[in-house]
Amino acid sequence: MNGGHDLGGMHGFGPVAAEPDEPVFHHEWERRAFAITLACGLLGRWNLDMARHARERIPPPRYLGASYYEIWFEALLTLLVEQGLLSADELETGRSAEASAGELRVPGPDAVRAILERGGSTRADEAPARFLVGERVRVRNRHPLGHTRAPRYVRGRAGTIEGRHGTYVFPDAHAHGGGPRPQPLYSVRFDGIELWGKDGDPGSAVYVDLWEGYLEPAPEQR
Amino acid sequence: MSGNDHPSLSDVELRVRSLESLLVEKGLVDPAVLDVLIDTYETKVGPRNGARVVARAWTDPEYRERLLVDAGAAIASLGYRGRQGEDMRVLENTERIHNMVVCTLCSCYPWPVLGLPPVWYKSAPYRARAVRDPRGVLADFGVELPVETEVRVWDSTSELRYLVLPRRPPGTEGMCEEALASLVTRDSMIGAGLARAPEPGSPA
Repeated sequence: MNGGHDLGGMHGFGPVAAEPDEPVFHHEWERRAFAITLACGLLGRWNLDMARHARERIPPPRYLGASYYEIWFEALLTLLVEQGLLSADELETGRSAEASAGELRVPGPDAVRAILERGGSTRADEAPARFLVGERVRVRNRHPLGHTRAPRYVRGRAGTIEGRHGTYVFPDAHAHGGGPRPQPLYSVRFDGIELWGKDGDPGSAVYVDLWEGYLEPAPEQR
Repeated sequence: MSGNDHPSLSDVELRVRSLESLLVEKGLVDPAVLDVLIDTYETKVGPRNGARVVARAWTDPEYRERLLVDAGAAIASLGYRGRQGEDMRVLENTERIHNMVVCTLCSCYPWPVLGLPPVWYKSAPYRARAVRDPRGVLADFGVELPVETEVRVWDSTSELRYLVLPRRPPGTEGMCEEALASLVTRDSMIGAGLARAPEPGSPA
């Protein structure tokens, strides 16, 4: 979706302000919001693509005005209610209507340490790839309402397949209950001038990881 | 002062606190798990891990080779692995090429080697401008590269995570791995900065 999260190329945000000796968390609530977001994710009721989609569904004025952990927190509330783990009434009152986690398996500290250490790769068995390294491709000019990882600034733009990463779970399906539906994933190189015209930097290039379904053969060179 | 018990608590602080209590009360979250998560990412995992990887690559050509070919295995051989670093790729900066990493769509970042991202990495100014004006962003960090150096920006749109292998600073010949690691800044491993030059007279 063309949400407030898709920021590549926008003007007007000003310089990047790095904070010297920045702490990991700036407030106690950030620490708590981070931890409950991860802990709830470990309940297995949603995947990372669903979580990302919950964040990007926050309306642009609110998304752009929120801090990153505020975005995480808002999205967590959305997911908890959508997945039926909390009712709107419980959120309103802050009181539990039913006490139990039901059939959910809630991992304990040792299980969580093991999960963090193990991680969860979304790489799948190798599938035949349509494009070859060095081939010119164009990003399909699509504007889906749902989740996608093709940023707006590359849609309709031509680039070169720079490498193949293997075959990975396809986020556009995975975020919407469509299962993993793995596709080949490529590293595609776009020259600065192709992306930004004369306002681009001819001495720069952007490499974007793009799934096969986002790509089509580039039109013939003039 | 509003006269309630917690006059300094902002709306979001209250809401987060109230949600945490509710989740614990419902048995959806184990408080001991929250402690593990916070302790892991606040004190155990951070950019010192990545700095050790870089310093090893600077001193051991065979390790550097492995790191560039199979980053995940080379990084795991130093004990760093797991969530948000499952599939890793290392980008080597050279005189000719400077690599810089961004996530324009969210905040993807290689947690096992760098920890949690700083605020600027997640912020709109960086996400908006890194892909369009990378030299301008580098200037915000006080870095100016020769015009001949190509800047390659890597937008982390998939589950692959990128770590930049910065250039080894001049004047570091003969320094031990540990001393070298202290020169490797977090920003240099994102490509938003360079590794620090050694202090004059610092021990080798």
